[in-house]
Amino acid sequence: MITLNINNAPYQIDLPTDTPLLWALRDHLGLSGTKFGCGMSLCGACTVHIDGEPTRACVTPISTAIGKKIVTIEAIDQDAIGKKVQDAWLNIGVPQCGYCQSGQIMSATALLKHNANPSDADIDKAMSGNICRCGTYPRIRAAIKQVAALKEIKS
Amino acid sequence: MNKSMEPSELNADEDNLSIINISRRGFLKDLALSGFVLAAGFPSLLSADETATADKKYGADGMPHGWVDNPLVFVAIAEDGTVTIICHRSEMGQGVRTSLPMVVADELEANWLHVRVEQAPGDEVRFGNQDTDGSRSMRHHFMPMRRIGAAARQMLEEAAATQWQVPVEEVHAELHRVLHTATGRSLGYGELAKAAAKLPVPARESVRLKNPADFRYIGKGQLKIYDGRDIVRGLGQYGIDTRFKNMLYAVVARPPVFGGKLVSYDAQAALKVPGVIKVIELPGSPPPAEFNPLGGIAVIATNTWAAIQGRKALTIEWDKGRHGAYDSVVYKTELEAAARKPGKVLRNDGDVDAAFASAAKHVQAEYYAPHLAQAPMEPPAATARIVKGHCEIWACTQAPQLSRDQVAKWLKLPADKVTVHVTLLGGGFGRKSKPDYVVEAALLSQAMHGKPVKVTWTREDDLHHSYFHTVSVERLEAGLDAQGKTVAWQHRTVAPTISSTFGPDSKHQMPVELGMGVINNPFAIANVRIENPEAEAHTRIGWFRSVSNIPHAFAIQSFINELAVAAGRDHKDFLLELIGPARRIDPRSLGDEWNHGESPELYPIDTGRLRRVTETVAQKAGWGRKLTKGQGLGIAAHYSFVTYVAVVVEVAVNDSGVLSIPRIDIAVDCGPQINPERIRSQLEGACIMGVSLATLGEISFKNGAVEQDNFHHYQLTRMDDAPREIRVHLLPTTEFDTPLGGVGEPGVPPIAPALCNAIFAATGQRIRQLPIRDQLRKD
Repeated sequence: MITLNINNAPYQIDLPTDTPLLWALRDHLGLSGTKFGCGMSLCGACTVHIDGEPTRACVTPISTAIGKKIVTIEAIDQDAIGKKVQDAWLNIGVPQCGYCQSGQIMSATALLKHNANPSDADIDKAMSGNICRCGTYPRIRAAIKQVAALKEIKS
Repeated sequence: MNKSMEPSELNADEDNLSIINISRRGFLKDLALSGFVLAAGFPSLLSADETATADKKYGADGMPHGWVDNPLVFVAIAEDGTVTIICHRSEMGQGVRTSLPMVVADELEANWLHVRVEQAPGDEVRFGNQDTDGSRSMRHHFMPMRRIGAAARQMLEEAAATQWQVPVEEVHAELHRVLHTATGRSLGYGELAKAAAKLPVPARESVRLKNPADFRYIGKGQLKIYDGRDIVRGLGQYGIDTRFKNMLYAVVARPPVFGGKLVSYDAQAALKVPGVIKVIELPGSPPPAEFNPLGGIAVIATNTWAAIQGRKALTIEWDKGRHGAYDSVVYKTELEAAARKPGKVLRNDGDVDAAFASAAKHVQAEYYAPHLAQAPMEPPAATARIVKGHCEIWACTQAPQLSRDQVAKWLKLPADKVTVHVTLLGGGFGRKSKPDYVVEAALLSQAMHGKPVKVTWTREDDLHHSYFHTVSVERLEAGLDAQGKTVAWQHRTVAPTISSTFGPDSKHQMPVELGMGVINNPFAIANVRIENPEAEAHTRIGWFRSVSNIPHAFAIQSFINELAVAAGRDHKDFLLELIGPARRIDPRSLGDEWNHGESPELYPIDTGRLRRVTETVAQKAGWGRKLTKGQGLGIAAHYSFVTYVAVVVEVAVNDSGVLSIPRIDIAVDCGPQINPERIRSQLEGACIMGVSLATLGEISFKNGAVEQDNFHHYQLTRMDDAPREIRVHLLPTTEFDTPLGGVGEPGVPPIAPALCNAIFAATGQRIRQLPIRDQLRKD
């Protein structure tokens, strides 16, 4: 039995410690907002934040997340920038099927928390690990820029 | 603690049937609470089946179970005023759960803020056709949805007029209320619902549709997508997200080669994996594939990861069967050989041989387009459970009724003992029209005594066992006269057919495939011959967004560029000359009886519209503008799903041969634009899917099996390689009574040829084989 800190709450998890965080979240805790897309860290659908860093949950054994702060899409609205990213996503009408958007929002939020005014190249670098089969990339870029243009996130 | 931070209890209770978004019981319960009560055996269920009289049915009339426009089936109004509107088509990113209910809401004069959307289960007798494919949802259901909203509005007006004892002509509905202007009285929809529900549904002839000038939502595009709030919070429920307490999780090892069989297996090691409960042999079915499961060995576990680990521990021996030698490199040469010999003649206008003999110039080229996998980001997944002989399914399916019928067939249950709940789809693109994975879930639940079982396809499963987009060689030849005018045109199209998936040894493309830009080619050329040599299928061939339009448009629109170059002409001018003067062509006169299922009278091929999108995109993109070295513009136009599209792609290719796409302009005439905002998003997505398949997309076979395992092999366009800017130009329409065109698919086909033509303009290098991948690289 291990304890993980997920979205600021402790969770007891009784699984082999090499189980990827993705499946612990989805199958055992019912936090299904973190999506399965590839299982090999190739598509970014499973992106969560671990101690603030965007991390692919599908290749992260739960043992390596012990003692760290895990944040998933379900709680990213608790983060000031995360909330603004969600709002921009709705405002610009980013989602089509929406399946990859949890991961996109987690990657975008991490980018904007580290870099309040990302260039196109910064956006490419931060977001190219997240595949969108519907092709929402131009709107993702526009939404990130919309958040960056908000005065209050600039310091 | 914030509620959204708790583990999902949405579907934690096995005994509660109304847990996952939209179960049938939940819906009935809601309706019972509301004003409109669904009466069993409602006498005048209005369906196309009963009313259509023509021998040959077109449009929605021609689809299984047609359409339904009964407001009692689609609309419920609660006493608190909440309007519930049923969406009977599957949401897979096209925005249908916003756009169809929006049409009802507009005619109903409902305030969108008080509208709730519920997803219909699979039940086409009740709801009309639910096959969400073919770019048909809005095209076929716009008018039925309008009538539903208008009829419900009239019932509310009638109820108010009765209550006030005034003539109904004196009252009118306005934004969730009915008003009597003369006396200043008004009643809210919630207050009227009960009385309105008791009134007869107005006859279809007496339904008064709104004047389009009064539309609030239709044609405006101001509404945010209905599921957006859930999606950005991770709360959208997709097929893969279904979860019950104590449910079982399964993955399946399927025969690596289509038609292969299990010889033997050893499950001892698998059963030792922590969490693995059982290993089960799943039945398959002999070819043709149809929608049957492939069979194999299923591993049942307490979570998905354990099931995946268990499957890795299986030892299985397969017999490859008759397709064990399928090899894409060899097969390409077979297709080329077939394309170089005459084939079945499909169209023969004028005298092609004589025209070639007298032509001043003869141009010939072959184009190859490989298999593709749809690869929706959510792989196929479905959950089933069986309680007291009733099977319930939760699935991300484009085909709810087909799923129901297939499960009934495999479980030997009557269809009314199968309920298919439709979740959100994390993309579909045609893959989720085939419910083989749904049947797997049902069979596994049956094997586990009815317990809820979810089968999840891993990405490897998805890429190895798709119903693949065909593979093709298109051979084109043309004769130009001394003035550079095209006088002869021969097109041989060779590709394994989708019909091979449904019948034994079909080797010719079927009318549906040929009508996707080959035989219905409307060019103003006097001498045209179109042939279809044979091709044998060695895997499951299925439909992928835009289907055969992709290889056909790639070949034809690339070839036009080759002809323009040979003739020394500007490509855009040459293309317009081939399209010819504006005329409305009966597709039957070209040998196309299919016409995307639409009436040839209502939907002729209108070359004027094809010209217009071509001229528009050229003007908007600045065709002919000065570019620097390594830059180029390419153009292509294509008519599909009764919609007209033209594209200009701008490329830049650097000295190392690295391709980038600064901009795509796409002009679209899809008739009336019901939700322009979602039309734009579909077309942006189509541009990127077109770029993806043109630059990277390829599924190949070796020793009968797919070579690509995951996204490192089957690559998709990512942010850094996506077109930097996409400009969508919707051709304006003001008429809402002209026929609608499709939207989801027609943007894809012209992208690859426009891109390759731009590359030629930039570099002089001709791409005749997709994907482009590293063909441009110099290092």
